[in-house]
Amino acid sequence: MITEKGTMKSKPAGGVYAAPADGAVSAAVAAIIAGARKIDEVGANERADFFTKRSVKKQSKLAVLNLALSMCDLTTLEGADTPGKVIQLCGKARFPATPEMLTDKAAGKALVIPSVAAVCVYPSLVAVAAKALKGTNIKIASVATAFPSGQGPLEAKIIDTKFAVEQGAHEIDMVINRGAFLSGDYQTVFDEIVEIKKACGEAHLKVILETGELGSYDRVRLASDIAIEAGGDFIKTSTGKVTPAATLPVTLVMLQAIQDHYVKTGKKVGMKPAGGIRTAKQAIQYLCMVKETVGAEWLTPDLFRFGASVLVNDLLKQIFKEHTGRYYYDKVFSLD
Amino acid sequence: MSTSSTENTKVKRDKTAADGEAAAATKVGAGGDKSSGRTFDFDYAPSIESTEIVKIQPQNKLFIDGKFVTPKSAKYFATMNPATGEKLAEIADANGADVDLAMSAASRAYTKTWSKLSGRERGRYLFRIARIIQERARELAVLETLDNGKPIRESRDVDVPLVAAHFFYHAGWADKLEYAAPGRTVSSLGVVGQVIPWNFPLLMAAWKIAPALACGNTVVLKPAETTSLSALLLAEIFQEAGLPDGVVNIVTGAGATGAAVVNHSEVKKVAFTGSTEVGKIIMRSLAGTNKRLTLELGGKSAHIIFEDAALDQAVEGVINGIYFNQGHVCCAGSRLLVEESIANVFVEKLKARMQKLRVGNPLDKNTDIGAINSEGELKKIRSLVATGQAEGGEFFEPTDIRLPEKGYYHRPCFFNNVAAAFTLSRTEVFGPVLTISTFRTAQEAIAKANDTQYGLAAGIWSEKGSKVYKVAQGLKAGVIWANTYNKFDPTSPFGGYNESGFGREGGRHGLLSYLEVK
Repeated sequence: MITEKGTMKSKPAGGVYAAPADGAVSAAVAAIIAGARKIDEVGANERADFFTKRSVKKQSKLAVLNLALSMCDLTTLEGADTPGKVIQLCGKARFPATPEMLTDKAAGKALVIPSVAAVCVYPSLVAVAAKALKGTNIKIASVATAFPSGQGPLEAKIIDTKFAVEQGAHEIDMVINRGAFLSGDYQTVFDEIVEIKKACGEAHLKVILETGELGSYDRVRLASDIAIEAGGDFIKTSTGKVTPAATLPVTLVMLQAIQDHYVKTGKKVGMKPAGGIRTAKQAIQYLCMVKETVGAEWLTPDLFRFGASVLVNDLLKQIFKEHTGRYYYDKVFSLD
Repeated sequence: MSTSSTENTKVKRDKTAADGEAAAATKVGAGGDKSSGRTFDFDYAPSIESTEIVKIQPQNKLFIDGKFVTPKSAKYFATMNPATGEKLAEIADANGADVDLAMSAASRAYTKTWSKLSGRERGRYLFRIARIIQERARELAVLETLDNGKPIRESRDVDVPLVAAHFFYHAGWADKLEYAAPGRTVSSLGVVGQVIPWNFPLLMAAWKIAPALACGNTVVLKPAETTSLSALLLAEIFQEAGLPDGVVNIVTGAGATGAAVVNHSEVKKVAFTGSTEVGKIIMRSLAGTNKRLTLELGGKSAHIIFEDAALDQAVEGVINGIYFNQGHVCCAGSRLLVEESIANVFVEKLKARMQKLRVGNPLDKNTDIGAINSEGELKKIRSLVATGQAEGGEFFEPTDIRLPEKGYYHRPCFFNNVAAAFTLSRTEVFGPVLTISTFRTAQEAIAKANDTQYGLAAGIWSEKGSKVYKVAQGLKAGVIWANTYNKFDPTSPFGGYNESGFGREGGRHGLLSYLEVK
């Protein structure tokens, strides 16, 4: 059943999630469901494997490593996170390596190393991060909406989001309601994203699909379309709490959804694979995929991010290797 | 051999890319400064496979009776590297006397040794050959790419692994032939004469030699004149495996050599893969003899995309279907049939994807499409494209792609909205040229797909399984792929209908061509 165009089905009382009794969907959601592309799993995997065979070397490699570093959302999302932990993480974001390492002694000049794009923390720690990053261009991203499960009342999710924004978050990483999605209630998934987008105000919204829980690329594609149509500025693979997290083929499927949306509307939606990307080599494979699918216009932190923590050190290691011709050993890089 | 020739083929990339990189490194500083407004891009570094591993003899002999021998003809011809247009080596031009020698060696080997060995013993030789192929895979891949022009990514990841797989598979059959025709008695035929094409030189040699040997026959093989080198390297591998002398003989040369092989009185069976034109000549010349014949000829295979297909993967399937191996594939999906309701969307996706294809030095691991095999083929393709342009249809080629200055290259391209009556809808181009037409119903798709004098392969893309089966039932093609294209396996029989030839290669069906079933 389709209600009038633009009207939204009424929310369950008290914000508690319940599947709609009538199964009604708005025209917008009906159109998304009808238009969602199917994905051939074998074909998608095969295509994604292609990008592991590209060769990036020398000048290109250094530029791509720098780019990847500038795309990182340095992340800590533990129950055990404290102000101390977040302050140290922000320190890493500001100074990924010591000034000594940032000097090319042979050439007698400073190396230009980009900072990461953002730090990503829980809402309760956004204020701490805001203080620690004052005066820098590093963005603060906060997860919200009953992260990571999304199993909470919509009111709580809205409060969660508004709180993070008020505390100084520039970007909100929300999770979709997988309970609703997997029970077929796409309307609720859509409506929640719309509501959170409103609550974000000026803040950018990244919508986490948690692809490891969706079970098929068809569903990844449908969830991508819903997230994009509902107003997500970015779509993001995973919370990092579920295995598998980001993979090349899942990211490919999501990039294709972004591409189709761009062709249709001219609007560029960003992409953030998160979790499981640990090495510079993997990061380069992702960027090759971006280059060959949505195109070079997406090769900017404004439209592509890596959700990662371990990745940063491997990128640094490879960047210094490109500059100096030798590898620093692991202990040279701070843990966080 | 020297790598200088391959250096020359490097595609001259845009110099501004390097400048852009330097700028980008500073641009992406703290938080991503957008003020510069320049788009960052990077290019792949040429990653050229070294040719050091391959030793090419300047002058190549014939492989007869287990030895490399000087041709009686005393004639040689040049084989070129299509990526540069430079001469790679000289190949012996076998004449009738050379073919006679090869035939008597094969005949002797058949009666004295090979037919007397048990299946198990024959299998051991085949297993050994397969393992040596795997050990020398890189050497074979590099040589294949040098001589043929196909991208190293394909020769390394597709051709050579399949060659080994064919020997392994048929090694397994050698001692189980009684199960190839259950309840019947099978026996070998004798000497088989085999003539193979230049598009998959090694793979076609494997398709021909492996089942022939497994079934207890001996072989005289003639490779295509532009791509003889990898077959001669295969001969070295036979020597290394200790294959008894004369079991496989390789005579190089052009059409006259091929004619001498197929018309020789020793030959009990002829297997030919190549053009329909030559196939017809062979069929005429064998008429009235008691020789068996299998022909695997041309194609104009239909690739059908339904509106309920996984479109992005279907685009990839179409790319793989027609631009794989520069389109030098007999089963290439050269006629694209798209359901009209999605035609515009699909064609736009295809165009965008084609702009990203990388045409260039075949030895570069980043290359998607390599060199056209010979100057003659390139001329033929260009002339057919010109015909296509004269007849109508919207021509598209990705202008982002720059071709190397030297060597034989052709951009991947297509003609949209072509009529079934156009030359390009009916004639095999054997190059990276696709035709696109639309259809409205499954019945119409089947009718259009079958509207051809060929019938080698077809592809169907739909997420609806029942539709795929129903359409496949209606197609008159030897191989039908569903939601994929150009996938090969030694267990799967391959062959065609109508002017695409007869007989099957691979699988149990393929064995029957090399066996007398009583």
